[in-house]
Amino acid sequence: MAKKQLRIALRNCGVIDPERIEEYIERDGYQALGKVLTELSPEATIEIIKKSGLRGRGGGGFSTGLKWEITRKVQADQKYVVCNADEGDPGAFMDRSVLEGDPHSVLEAMAINGYCTGASKGLVYIRAEYPLAIERLKIAMKQAREWGFLGEDILGTGFSFDVEIRYGAGAFVCGEETALIHSMEGLRGEPTVKPPFPSESGYLGKPTNVNNVETYANIPVIINKGWEWFAGIGTEKSKGTKVFALAGKINNVGLIEVPMGTTLREVIYDIGGGLQDGAAFKAVQTGGPSGGCLMEKHLDVPIDYDNLIAAGSMMGSGGMIVMDDSNCMVSIAKFYLDFTVEESCGKCSPCRIGNKRLNELLDKITKGNGTMEDLDKLRNLSTVIKETSLCGLGQSSPNPVLSTLENFYDEYYEHVTAKKCRSNVCKSLMMYIIDAEKCIGCTLCARNCPVNAITGERKQAHYIDPEKCIKCGACMEKCKFSAIFIN
Amino acid sequence: MAKIKLSERKIQELKEVCKSFNNEKGELINVLHKAQGLFGYLPAEVQEVIAKELNVSVAHVYGVVTFYSFFTMVPKGEHPISICLGTACYVRGAEKVLEEFKRILNVQVGETTSDGKFSLSCLRCVGACGLAPVVMVGEKVYGRVSPDGVKDIVAEYRS
Repeated sequence: MAKKQLRIALRNCGVIDPERIEEYIERDGYQALGKVLTELSPEATIEIIKKSGLRGRGGGGFSTGLKWEITRKVQADQKYVVCNADEGDPGAFMDRSVLEGDPHSVLEAMAINGYCTGASKGLVYIRAEYPLAIERLKIAMKQAREWGFLGEDILGTGFSFDVEIRYGAGAFVCGEETALIHSMEGLRGEPTVKPPFPSESGYLGKPTNVNNVETYANIPVIINKGWEWFAGIGTEKSKGTKVFALAGKINNVGLIEVPMGTTLREVIYDIGGGLQDGAAFKAVQTGGPSGGCLMEKHLDVPIDYDNLIAAGSMMGSGGMIVMDDSNCMVSIAKFYLDFTVEESCGKCSPCRIGNKRLNELLDKITKGNGTMEDLDKLRNLSTVIKETSLCGLGQSSPNPVLSTLENFYDEYYEHVTAKKCRSNVCKSLMMYIIDAEKCIGCTLCARNCPVNAITGERKQAHYIDPEKCIKCGACMEKCKFSAIFIN
Repeated sequence: MAKIKLSERKIQELKEVCKSFNNEKGELINVLHKAQGLFGYLPAEVQEVIAKELNVSVAHVYGVVTFYSFFTMVPKGEHPISICLGTACYVRGAEKVLEEFKRILNVQVGETTSDGKFSLSCLRCVGACGLAPVVMVGEKVYGRVSPDGVKDIVAEYRS
């Protein structure tokens, strides 16, 4: 599993004791901060980050150096730097791992960011669901203050910077930077129209630079090893590495970090060890609820920001879920829409109403009531939502629908015309039947049926009443003679 | 919803919490986190006290409480059960596990059993995707849960 991986953001995770600052320092920790404060001007530092080609790892992929430069140029008496640790994307846990395994790297990078942008205050916005990460971060903050890497007059250079923690309370939309800022202000986490960008007017109306945990974790290494080294890794427009949370029907589950440009095939087969139980690959979902499902033909695409978008998905924060034949793609699209509908903040109508309607259409299709016209409606409505929503959530929420429609149209077509779900996931389209030839009338299924839908005399073939059957599958699991099948 | 009466002592504790954040309205979310820790949930009466202390409208507090999924206005059971419905858990059959919990406990998501012992809720990713599907009972995490294993988990807490 170590083969083909390159650890930059995760360099210290699992290697050092995150509760001991000495171990971080032993591995060149806080050297970058020292170098920046004593040898480099803020402008020169920003130039290094810009030249390195580092792009935001939270999903958007905006140039980190450029963001810092914009925040630097705005004049204000107070500025803020924020670390976005509100990892709300289901199936992604890289931010949590970095904060739990290497919290000092984030603090060091935030201090460098503060120096570059002219901010003296940093805020970490973190999910309340991550108690261990919060605990480790607090310990790290205390130690960094004791060692003089945070607080007044850092390393005797006159630069002051300190960090506070703000808690999220479970809202996916708060990953969007304007929503996140409102949440830090104690308000509902609703996004606002950009411009003004947070770099101009953010937390409490002051210029605010928001970066993601993984983005920060890259900064100290870039300063220490130089932008040339970093820019030498990856593809033309996406530099460095990306952490992915590999999950789903795959043998080696967990966090991996690979150079940009690695193919999906290498990730899934060489690093992930292929599918569980030797199952056939069907799809890989990247980018969480904002991304899409890619298929076999995409396996040799080199992973970077632009290639994934071209393929109809996106990088997102780096969730990567592998699926096999037992996953119904229409249901997967519906699963993501359920999520979006629940998490839409409700401020703009395309997202609030549009996604609800999309979800209803998908519900109709998975229940066997869909028509060909519905498929057109799905596509049209998706396009409208993408084009007219206020923030990134709505602008990307139809991606799971569009990508499955594009890549797995056959399955939609089958659901609509033949009323068939080839993966046997959509319950309304399934019927459990007892093969009278094989059934010996042992009554085991009838005794295990939770709704008494199975009738039949002992030693006689049994029968399942389709009206009563709730399709739980208990009978099929219990039958010792494989006499029950799904039609 | 039936009115509940908060004891003077609890109200005082709540006011102390607000005070520890300087009665700053920007700290509302932090105050709510502490308040939920204190009461287990955030009934209307608690929100009224907070609104008064932070000098904002009750509607404002209510708006924030209902916006975030972490906050609840319904008391949780003695053993709150949460089923992860993150993507990794979903593709590994979390839905079937959830159905089994609903069936065994005879409650829907968001409800508490009539004896107050269990409450059932869903959450999105605890970041333990390697153990999918994941179920949490209180602070304890159960990994690789199958529908068959549900009754054993419930039994652990029933006695």
